Amino acid sequence: MQAKTLLEMRGIYKSFPGVKALKNVDFTLHEGEIHALMGENGAGKSTLIKVLTGVHVKDSGDIFLKGHIPVQIRSPQEAQNYGISTVYQEISLCPNLTVAENIFIGRGKGAFVSWRDMNRKADEVLKSLDINVKSTQQLASCSIAVQQMVAIARAVEMDCNILILDEPTSSLDESEVAKLFKLMRDLKSRGVGIIFVTHFLDQVYEVCDKITVLRDGKLVGEYEIENLPRVQLVSKMLGKELDDMADIKNDVPTFDEKKSEIVYEAEELCSTEGIKPFNFHIRKGEVNGFTGLLGSGRSECVRAIFGADKVTSGRVKVDGKPVNIEKPIDAMKQGIAYLAEDRKRDGIVGDLSVRDNIILALQVKKGFFKPFSKAEATKFADEYIKLLDIKTASVETPIKSLSGGNQQKVILGRWLLTHPKYLILDEPTRGIDVGTKVDIQKLVLKLASEGMSITFISSETDEMLRTCSRLLVMRDRKLVGELKGDQLTQNSIMNTIAGGEQE
Amino acid sequence: MSNKTKTEGNIITALFRNQIFIPIAALFILALFNFIVDRSFFKITIGPNSDGNPVLSGNIISIIDYGSELAILAIGMTLVTAASRGQDISVGAAMAIAGSVVLRVLCGTNSRPDELQAPIIVAFIVCCLVAMAFGAFNGLLVSVFKIQPMVATLILFTAGRSIAAWINNNELPVVNDKTFSIFGNYIPGIPIPTPFFIALACFIIIALIMKFTNLKLYIQSVGLNEQTSRLNGLNPAFIKFITYVFLGLCVAVAGFIKVSRFSTINYSVTAKDIEMDAILAVAIGGNSLGGGKFKISASILGAYVIQFLTTTLYKFDVNSEALSAYKAVVVIALVVLSAPIVREKIAAVFKKLRSPEKAELKS
Repeated sequence: MQAKTLLEMRGIYKSFPGVKALKNVDFTLHEGEIHALMGENGAGKSTLIKVLTGVHVKDSGDIFLKGHIPVQIRSPQEAQNYGISTVYQEISLCPNLTVAENIFIGRGKGAFVSWRDMNRKADEVLKSLDINVKSTQQLASCSIAVQQMVAIARAVEMDCNILILDEPTSSLDESEVAKLFKLMRDLKSRGVGIIFVTHFLDQVYEVCDKITVLRDGKLVGEYEIENLPRVQLVSKMLGKELDDMADIKNDVPTFDEKKSEIVYEAEELCSTEGIKPFNFHIRKGEVNGFTGLLGSGRSECVRAIFGADKVTSGRVKVDGKPVNIEKPIDAMKQGIAYLAEDRKRDGIVGDLSVRDNIILALQVKKGFFKPFSKAEATKFADEYIKLLDIKTASVETPIKSLSGGNQQKVILGRWLLTHPKYLILDEPTRGIDVGTKVDIQKLVLKLASEGMSITFISSETDEMLRTCSRLLVMRDRKLVGELKGDQLTQNSIMNTIAGGEQE
Repeated sequence: MSNKTKTEGNIITALFRNQIFIPIAALFILALFNFIVDRSFFKITIGPNSDGNPVLSGNIISIIDYGSELAILAIGMTLVTAASRGQDISVGAAMAIAGSVVLRVLCGTNSRPDELQAPIIVAFIVCCLVAMAFGAFNGLLVSVFKIQPMVATLILFTAGRSIAAWINNNELPVVNDKTFSIFGNYIPGIPIPTPFFIALACFIIIALIMKFTNLKLYIQSVGLNEQTSRLNGLNPAFIKFITYVFLGLCVAVAGFIKVSRFSTINYSVTAKDIEMDAILAVAIGGNSLGGGKFKISASILGAYVIQFLTTTLYKFDVNSEALSAYKAVVVIALVVLSAPIVREKIAAVFKKLRSPEKAELKS
């Protein structure tokens, strides 16, 4: 029997100055359905969601809710009133309030609040959703996953029947994702329709019932999950047959350790961020990587190398000479570049133009009294826009109006422009589309073959296997193993990550 | 034809979006208002002043004369706002200190000396150093101790005028020297007031700094995203600190002009409320008071808008007590108009107005 339709969007158009973001897009959601919305960056997923939640007002088209009622959604508040709730990638709750306050904030009737009632109700909701957290706990003290679930609890409490999850899993580890999926299935059985936006194909095939694919602002199609094998999904998203992915795989040239000299070497390096002192080196033209679960100290290690956190001990040699790296500028002067994990916080300067964002690092390296002329800066920017195929209206466009993948490419361009001999990439492919991911992996291999040393960190193990010739495994903020050559398989990585104490 | 209208339309829209549009429009409207109501407003006459030199006088001249201090302060305030995402509210008090230091150096311990006790250049340098030291104090609180700018500068705002009085033992020294009064009045033989030249020199210096250093890029990066700036090799604390020291220098120059005008000082009245005008100048210039991107030229124009307004109100014999109230009304209008949300709306209205025209043209 066909389940009842919760939401129908018909012929949605939306354009921004210079861009047609959505062209005649249809979307249908049924009761008790988990529906994946897929597409590359800039395909229009976010815009469609924003139209649905009233952040953007559509140019034309119709939206019908349950029972074929036409509605106009002009603000997020209105969307909420219609029972449409959204949980964004970045948590949009108040970290300094308690869990209960976060669930009920802005929804009190009248000016008075009964704190006890509120906490009790919150506990009920949390319990019914099997979320293990106290309602009186401060939100900031919960893990990201729990915060994410609190956001969902808030949505559920508001009696939403349409729940939008926009990349909720990008900062969760596996067990947390599993919990989230359990919660999603639970909601599904209650008849809630869930729109799930993610870049992780595995997850789509794990929980979803249907997939809608968008490309370049147009609808490619709606598919039952069982009728759309993975490879086809990817090719539909990219709009081309996908040999690229296969190409890159197993194509890592075997890196000969003996032949090239050590570019960077650290002994007993340690920072204030709680990692155990570790030894590390990288050779010219080598690609290696740190792997481990989230929170295992991968990022903290590379941040210590770059001087991004305060270094407390350790001896560092660059090209065999002892150097002192205390802050980022010291590392930059030694030819080290670092693309940080958190693009929004540590990467982009939102209101500045693409051009300024590209030249920033080189400009700082060059010095205060030697600014580039506008023409020079534009030349640099154009060069990297072309090289990395960055989609931007112009070099003057503020970087914040670019899509995530393109922002990432701008930051990558910024560091490539400094012509580093050692490039550290911390999660460069997080939250960006498959096509760009492949581009970045290819670029990493190309740069390495030209003699650049690269440290590559990614949550997706297969990505690391495709690019790295040596993997350093972290567990509990400690370096626990090193894998190379034949040891580089999913299994041995898993074993090393999970395994008991070595020896 | 339609092509031409399109480009014209784009220019109008671009103008609306441009930050500098608001202060320019404000100046234009004020000028237009005066032009309609009383054309004599723009009359400039030349006649001998009290020293017998022929000088220009008229409302326009007094605007560019008395707007100088504010415009100079607006430069420093813009940088401080952009880098530290907050404002320095102690500039008025700091100006009193700077002025007091000038008088202390020139007069020595005698409050009515017959001749100067030190060369003027020495007084100026000492006043710069002292004002920059106070700027450094504010900067230290903001950048190292991470105190909110307004709270940090509240300290000097409260204590500044007492410090100024204490520097001269609470006396009101009077400098009796023709050369000293040149800086706040006229150079013999030149009919344009000196403060205007000093302000002009400041504009040129800041323009050169902007052109030949990375100050703008650094300040904007730090104001927009401190974390990113640090990871790109900048030292955000130092950059914020520097903007406060720089504002100290602006305060010194402004304070020096101020005491030179009257050759004396009144601790409680000199440069009173000028901090609010300086902040307003930044806002009217369309700069975000939340830091980040900035445009100094717009702030400078903003300062002259405020002075233009003050002079206009004086011209219409507005009671000096009521002056602030009138000013407030105009300022509110300006600030609301310059808010991005309103500007977008206006631009949208213009677009709508134009589109039917276009349709007609086509048919």
